[in-house]
This record gives sequence, C-alpha cells and structure tokens, in this order.
Amino acid sequence: MAREASNILEARNIRVENRGVVILDVASLLVQEDEVLSIIGSNGAGKTTLLQRLAMLQKLRHGEIIYRGKRVGPDIPVTSYRRSITMVFQETLLFDTTVFENVASGLRFRHANKKEIEKAVIDNLELFGVSHLKNRSVRTLSGGEARRVSLARSFAVKPDIIFLDEPFAALDPPTHESIVTDLSHVLRRSGTTTIFATHDRSEALRLSDRICVMDRGKILQVGTPDEIMNRPADEFIAGFVGAETILPGVVTDANSGTISVDVGGRQVMAVSDTRAGQKVVLCIRPERVSVSIEPRPDTTSERNSFEGTVSEVTSLGLYYRVTIDCGFNLTAFITPGSLKRLAIEKGRKVYPSFKATAVHVLKR
Amino acid sequence: MDLIYEGIKQAIILLITFDPEVMRITLLSLKVSGTATLISLFLGISTGTLVALTQFPGKKIVVSLINTGMGLPPVVVGLFVTIFLWRNGPLGFLGMLYTPTAIIIAQSVIATPIVMGITLASMQQLPKKLRLQILALGATPLQSVWVLIKEARLPLLAAVMAGFGGVISEIGASIMVGGNIKGYTRVLTTATVMETGKGNFEVAIALSIILLAMAYCINYILTHIQQRERRF
Repeated sequence: MAREASNILEARNIRVENRGVVILDVASLLVQEDEVLSIIGSNGAGKTTLLQRLAMLQKLRHGEIIYRGKRVGPDIPVTSYRRSITMVFQETLLFDTTVFENVASGLRFRHANKKEIEKAVIDNLELFGVSHLKNRSVRTLSGGEARRVSLARSFAVKPDIIFLDEPFAALDPPTHESIVTDLSHVLRRSGTTTIFATHDRSEALRLSDRICVMDRGKILQVGTPDEIMNRPADEFIAGFVGAETILPGVVTDANSGTISVDVGGRQVMAVSDTRAGQKVVLCIRPERVSVSIEPRPDTTSERNSFEGTVSEVTSLGLYYRVTIDCGFNLTAFITPGSLKRLAIEKGRKVYPSFKATAVHVLKR
Repeated sequence: MDLIYEGIKQAIILLITFDPEVMRITLLSLKVSGTATLISLFLGISTGTLVALTQFPGKKIVVSLINTGMGLPPVVVGLFVTIFLWRNGPLGFLGMLYTPTAIIIAQSVIATPIVMGITLASMQQLPKKLRLQILALGATPLQSVWVLIKEARLPLLAAVMAGFGGVISEIGASIMVGGNIKGYTRVLTTATVMETGKGNFEVAIALSIILLAMAYCINYILTHIQQRERRF
C-alpha cells in the first residue's frame, strides 16, 4: 500500500505494433515520485517508443497510462496530463526565435502572466548557466548552448515528470560532461521525477535511482544500479551492463552456498544456492579481476586463480582491457601504470584471479 | 523601334499624369488579386497544414492532386467558373458572372492549390518530432498548429509570393468570368490584351509597366521580410 502511494506514473499493458510487428510490449512499469529512472538499451530497443507513450505524445492503442492514480484519457484529459509533464528530445528542437521566447513557450501555452514568465525564464536560464544568451536568436547558439536552452525550456514549466530522450547525444566530451553535471545537480535539487532514456550505461549509473533495461521492445529488468550491474537477470543484461566475461558451465559441487562450476574443464568457484548438475552462466565484471605475473599465494581470500596467456590488449583511454586465455577467455581492466609495471603484452604469461563473490550466477 | 519608343513615352505620360482610367484599372487589379490572394492564403494554409499533419488513407492521392492543382491552367478554371456562374448554372442565381467577385473566385481557385502545395511542402520539411515537442511543452492541438505555421513562416512567404504572382499575371480566367467591362471588371491583364488588339501600344505598354512594377514591389516587400528573418 505504501509503495502504491509513492507511484506517480504507471504503465499497464502498453503494446505498440508497426505493420503487424510488435515493437513495444510492456506489461507493467511503475515510476516512483521524485526518482530518476533510466531506461537503457541498445538502439532500436524501444526506449523512445516507450517514452513517447508514457508522455502520451503518440496515440495509445493498447494499454493505459495511470498518472497519480487516474487513467490518462478516461479520467484526466490528455492535454491536462501533458501540462504536468514535459519531454526533452534527442534533437534540441528549439523554435526559430530568441532564447527567451523558447524558454517562455511552455508558460505561454499555459497562459501564464508576464511576470511569472519573466521570472521562470530568468531562473531557468541561470540554472543551466545560459542567462547571458537570453536575447540571442537560437540560430546563433552552439550545440551545447542549444541543449542547455532546451533543458531550461522544459524545466521552466515546473513539470511533475520530465522525460529525457537521449538528451546528451551528439555533444563533444567536455560539453557532454558539463551538461550531465549540471543536469545532475538540477535533478537532485528540484527532485523532479525523471524518466531518462539512454544507451550509455555510465550516464544511467550516474544519474539514476533505478534502471530499467530494455531489449526488442520488452523490459528485461528493473532495479537499482547495484542490482543491474552486479546481479543482472540474464546474459543479455550482463553483457549490456559490462560483465564482459560470460561463461556457460555446469555446477559440479555445491557446499554451504559455495559452488564449483565446470567451465570447459576449469573449475570456477562462485556463491549461489544452485545444486550440483544445474546448468549456469557465470558473469564476471572486468573490474573485479586482478592480474598478477606470479601465481597467487593461497593466503588471499580470492578463491579463483588461473594461469593464462594475454591474447589481446586494447586501450580504452583511461585504462586497458586485457583479454586472457586461461582455458576460457577472461577480461580484466588494468591501469596504464600496471600495464607498464607488469610488462603486460600479447603472449605474456599471467595469473588472473577473482573472488567467488565477484561471480554472478545465472541459472539456465 | 519608333513604336516602342513612342509607346514608352506615352506610357510615362499616362503614369505621371495619373490617368484616371489607368488608375482605376490598377486599383481594381490590386483589389481583386489582393483579395483572391488573401482567400487563397486562408484556404491554402489551413488545408495544406491539415493535410500535412494528418495521416489518412489516400493521402498520397490527395497530395498528388494538390501538386497537380499548382499547375491548374487559368482558362480551364475560367471555363468551369463560368459554367458554374452561368445564368442556368448551379450558382447562376447569384448573378455573379461578369463581376469583380467572379474574377476573385476564379483567381482564388487558381491560387489556392499553389498556396496549399507550398504550405504542404513547408510543413513536411519541419522536423517530425517538432510537433511532439510542442505538445510536450503543454500546447493544445490548436496552439501546436499555430506554432508550426510560425516555424514554417519563411517558406510560407514564398507561398504568398507565388499565389499573388500567379493571379496578378493571369488573363484567361479573368477575361472569361469578368468580361473586361470598362470601369467595372477591366483589370491590368485584360486591358493590356484589349489595348494591344486595338493597336494602342502606348496604353498597353503603360499597363504592362504598372503590372511589372506592382508585381516587383509586392515581391520586393515580401523578399525583404524573408531576408530580414534569415539574417542574424
């Protein structure tokens, strides 16, 4: 009952078809008041389609949207609902006028008075650090400035819920970073319920209270960032959220919550309540794997240690991805300093290790 | 060459002396074509916007018809408007044939598809998600249409120019439904044809100069507005 009361938005049985092909099929999605819910998934997963239906910007043929306990359409008019929400699209979609008029537009639609408009515009332009652009034409703005203006325009209407559809796409890294930082502050300060679609898991991790993973029009898992990252519900989610080592195997021994899994002839220790004989998939995040150039002594708590050969080293900018062949492929992240100190290169013999608790076990 | 020289000289005299007949014809042309353009803007922009923003079966056929209408031959329009307004025609009871109103109707029929077609193209050029963005900011459907029209205002100015240009210079329909009655339905184009036929080249040249100057002035003003909007 208490959980029900905190739900601001609920989607029930939303189904969208395009020429007979189901492109969205969501049985249920609950959005809690004041939370930031990220919807992540690869391109074509149905994030935008879902967002546009949740915002009631596209006709809903199947299913219903419930806003504060009332069905949008039968119980509250669609326009009234739309005036409680707003959406920022991937494209800035600014109107061909001044920055001021853009930010004022939502309030003008609501017939707000001049004083209210002036105050809201100034406040929100300041919030996003673009008050100096107030009288400029939007045609003269840079990509980052235009993005800030479009965010200010949406926040100016003081929405109950804000939908963000990949709002940081196509920005250069410094601009991207500064806008994400500013938006993060604004969201925390305003407490606006936010539903945020992205394919960038680091953005989702940074901004969200909960994450919803989508693939091919379906919701696969909804949970806290910790649950999604460390306890993904299936192999797809595990791969999508960065568990780069995904190993199928069979439980050979189970004892007091610790299991031994046969992975291509190698034994991997993990923590799970599965029984011997159970087929499983093991997911190991690369940041949980340590790499040594000497065999790991038995004095550490790490239950898994293997001998292997480096098969690939790839630079990811701030760190390196090292793939180690130890009967199965194991991926580890290491810093440039460690790479140099340990002289890690292709063909080098190494000893990767990880704890049994670092392995997430999925039953098959 | 003397003919042309003499014609231009006479034309200038007619113009600088504000010849009453020439002025009357000019004002009537402006009134008739201006009114027809306004009617075509109202009908063309609203219908063009509606067609652009709605999805319905057979939309492609409707768009093709509108595009075909952009090249509607004035004589065909003149013929059908005449038939409709003819004494025994469906609208004959209105007694409108050979009146300035008949010319306005015919010119509106010519200009409306032009405005409609350009409006349709302008609206379809706007980003598809713009309408959703406007709705997401809390606009009612009517407010959203108004914002979209404002967003398409620059290409819509081209619709005004094309619509006015199309009707001020047409002759076939005006002469068929207006009858070129002196002091009543005689407009610049019909008068030019008549004066040329009579061999009054100076009057015909004067009328042509006015026609060109008028078309130029209207287009200059609209182009000026368009370019000022573009300049930042």
